[in-house]
Amino acid sequence: MATGATDVLMDFDEALERFEPVLGFEVHVELSTATKMFSPAPNPAAPGVDSSVPNSLVAPVDMGLPGALPVVNAEAVRYSISLGLALGCSIAPTSRFARKNYFYPDLGKNYQISQYDEPIAFEGTVEVELEDGTLWTVPIERAHMEEDAGKLTHVGGATGRIQGADHSLVDYNRAGVPLVEIVTKPIFGAEHRAPEIAKAYVATIRDIVRSLGISEARMERGNLRCDANVSLRPRGQERLGTRTETKNVNSLRSVERAVRYEIQRQAAILAAGGTIVQETRHWHEDTGSTSAGRPKSDADDYRYFPEPDLLPVEPSLALIEELRAALPESPAAFRRRLQADYGFTDGEFRDILNAGVLAELEETVSKGAAPAQARKWWLGEILRIANQRGVEPGTLVSPLHVSELIALTENGDLTDRLARQVLELVVAGEGSPEEVVQARGLKVVSDDSALIAAIDEALASQPDVLQKIKDGKVQAAGAVIGAVMKAMRGQADAARVRELVLERAQA
Amino acid sequence: MSELTRWTAAELAEHLDAGDVSSVEATRAHLDRIAEVEPDVHAFLHVAGPAALTRAEEIDRLRAEGRAPSALAGVPVAIKDVLCTLDMPSTAGSKILEGWVPPYDATPVARLRAAGLVPLGKTNMDEFAMGSSTEYSAYGATHNPWDLSRIPGGSGGGSAAAVAAFEAPVALGSDTGGSIRQPAAVTGTVGVKPTYGGVSRYGSIALASSLDQVGPVSRTVLDAALIHDVIGGHDPHDATSLTDEWPSMAAAARRGKAEGSLAGVRVGVVHQLDGSGFQGGVRQRFGEALKRMAEAGAEIVEVQAPHFEYAISAYYLILPAEASSNLAKYDSVRFGLRVDPGRSTTEQVMALSREAGFGPEVKRRVILGTYALSAGYYDAYYGSAQQVRTLVQRDFTAAFEQADVLVSPSAPTTAFPLGEKVDDPLAMYLNDVTTIPANLAGIPGMSLPIGLAPEDGLPVGLQLMAPAREDARLYRVGATVEALLEAEWGAPLLSRAPKLGRPVPPPGFGTEPDGGTR
Repeated sequence: MATGATDVLMDFDEALERFEPVLGFEVHVELSTATKMFSPAPNPAAPGVDSSVPNSLVAPVDMGLPGALPVVNAEAVRYSISLGLALGCSIAPTSRFARKNYFYPDLGKNYQISQYDEPIAFEGTVEVELEDGTLWTVPIERAHMEEDAGKLTHVGGATGRIQGADHSLVDYNRAGVPLVEIVTKPIFGAEHRAPEIAKAYVATIRDIVRSLGISEARMERGNLRCDANVSLRPRGQERLGTRTETKNVNSLRSVERAVRYEIQRQAAILAAGGTIVQETRHWHEDTGSTSAGRPKSDADDYRYFPEPDLLPVEPSLALIEELRAALPESPAAFRRRLQADYGFTDGEFRDILNAGVLAELEETVSKGAAPAQARKWWLGEILRIANQRGVEPGTLVSPLHVSELIALTENGDLTDRLARQVLELVVAGEGSPEEVVQARGLKVVSDDSALIAAIDEALASQPDVLQKIKDGKVQAAGAVIGAVMKAMRGQADAARVRELVLERAQA
Repeated sequence: MSELTRWTAAELAEHLDAGDVSSVEATRAHLDRIAEVEPDVHAFLHVAGPAALTRAEEIDRLRAEGRAPSALAGVPVAIKDVLCTLDMPSTAGSKILEGWVPPYDATPVARLRAAGLVPLGKTNMDEFAMGSSTEYSAYGATHNPWDLSRIPGGSGGGSAAAVAAFEAPVALGSDTGGSIRQPAAVTGTVGVKPTYGGVSRYGSIALASSLDQVGPVSRTVLDAALIHDVIGGHDPHDATSLTDEWPSMAAAARRGKAEGSLAGVRVGVVHQLDGSGFQGGVRQRFGEALKRMAEAGAEIVEVQAPHFEYAISAYYLILPAEASSNLAKYDSVRFGLRVDPGRSTTEQVMALSREAGFGPEVKRRVILGTYALSAGYYDAYYGSAQQVRTLVQRDFTAAFEQADVLVSPSAPTTAFPLGEKVDDPLAMYLNDVTTIPANLAGIPGMSLPIGLAPEDGLPVGLQLMAPAREDARLYRVGATVEALLEAEWGAPLLSRAPKLGRPVPPPGFGTEPDGGTR
């Protein structure tokens, strides 16, 4: 198995000089409906559903048992229409499910029910805001409904891959999870910004589905999965180059890196006179590279035909208009409003966007934190840990916990230093900030009698300092304050200690 | 043979209600009859002796408490093996599902149980309902009770033979291109394919989803109607199930029988199915039936259905296409036969299992359907077939402007000898020429006996067809025709069937705990 680590890469700028990149994206969004797309089984992509026990969330339809029949989840249709509208698409008065036939053990029926030539939503555009604030328009080809497949676990091989495995286990919990697949048209003219546009596009889709409340949209959990298509064509060539499809790139950062990598890899091959193989590629987070998957040709024959077990989906005009009226403001409008509400400067706000923590910040504020405090934490300590670990900040800690942490500092229970310590422990999974403070006894000591005892002891052991303070040399108090803070293991408010030291010295 | 088994379901229900017979007695009588004739007929793949008696006892107890679930409570019923049953293997006549017990009941089965009917067992069929003779069953052919050397029709030959041989008063079948009606015709019984969507397909092991329909098999039109009333109606588990409020089919049958007249009924003879080229005795009895209907006041008109000549071709593209997809699930991964020689890949195990588990007709149609759906052929085959389907529907719409019901012989011939067509798929396919159009159009169709062909003494069936959703019309007209003919014959046609059976086995056979799959 090629790991891609040996790929020859061309310098990015040189690649762009010689070739024009053309991008395309297929983003799969897992809808968070209570039940699955075609069965009454609980949906593992819904909030709070535990899917840890394999094959515990399955109905006969999901297993492809003989005689079982699919029934369309009306809520999933509503979610899909809302998403289509938010993508600026037209909603088809009649759309249809089809069967995509292929044999694979994670596919209970050995066909996937998906929309093929009659998707529910088509022809839209998405405005994407780039890091410098410019807007980029991504053309949307279609958004269609389909069902997810199960998951295979390969056992006995060294790599967890099918090659060399002794046997494989199938978990159908994910089979039948409602998906909307959003397909872009080819994106031309991205040039040097191709990786940035890729990242911003997926981030925008994530923001849209979050604002609609139709998906948990956690990339690390597979709620949102991006397949990135990249092709290059020599400058001046009309015909599109052969594309590769890098599958399941599961973080915003990886989307950016994978697109950059494919541009550099393909450019090196083309420049050396080679040809690009039309294939799927796997993204490897650890090596930051892609490797060959299975060959993919436009002639793949899935023997599509209209799903005879289901009627066409025919949403009423009234329903479409009802959903249109209920659309939340677009993420762009939402951002403009938040910036004004929070009183952030353009620069401050851009930092928030670039760190990808706007949604987290907004939620933190909605839980009661001051915007400036929320910004300080998300762009400060949390972002620092995230960068250190190469993960998205939002995966480290919940906005609720951040707001709790801020509240604890605001009411004086935690000093800044203590709060950072608590955050580390919350990130380490020790519980909520309140719980960590309780369990570890990290609260600021605000009991004056304890402080006074420590101060009296410090003053008694440093009579020269005491004398200096009494003589009016107030700055001498620093030595005593230091000793007291040390005795309190830092869990005291230094300002209060200072007040008390001066008070006791005069006593 | 106990007199109990001669009763129709309606008669049995009356006796059960009157209390002069118990469900246990009725069930035992049918189990005894099964034991007596099964060695010759082989209508059943599984006989649920103990379970049936237990259920019958329960129904008797409920009835004694005044809590009989329905008028038909306690009446035994046979179930085609294409329908999923919680407590009995459901194989669809295939080796690939040998011994598979589903975790759910098909909706029609669940409704029969809820109404208190007593399942006797599962009946034989062509593998996955592909065939017109039961000879493609992986478990051996069923024999026609009228002549054991002949086919009972198919695919539902087991249900038809069971009812014709008095092993069950009523049965369930499924009809994709004639699998209820053609067996009814060649066994002298009644069979109805309801309007598509009239009866839930949930739990019916799919052959061709857009054509399949579950329906009743019986000895009288009224009995079919009684079963139809129980199994029909909307089911939220089947997206193609109609949400209509349906009139009582039994009421329609009773009205038809009582009226005894067809005055004002326009009966359309479909020119393209009028029997030219059909067996002489079939044509003769069909002509006589038309005459009888005219005498009873019907207005006989000829209607044209010019596109019916393409119906078989279209059917044999649509059906295999859908079947090739529906049968993909039989891959040994989750259920069913697995052939695993060890050290082999998933693909190899899937291929070997399907190679061993499917019979020749199934393989033939899966290959045909896969081809018809292939890129580059889709438009020419599947696409064109769907266009023909639309044209057939239009033919029906036009024909029903001139006639209230349409008629034809139910099948071109009487029961042919076992083995005659098993190696000639095309000849076998042509046997469905009369029944296929109704499936393509989704309209209801019924077959009822109209006599014996003079040349071979075997039953001939009349097919009645009505517009979609007008199933009740079939029962009304069918019951009138049935009453007129029986008045002429002086007895039901089946009273002329030859005696069956061998020396009666020891008492209690069929009630042994191992009344299992054979």
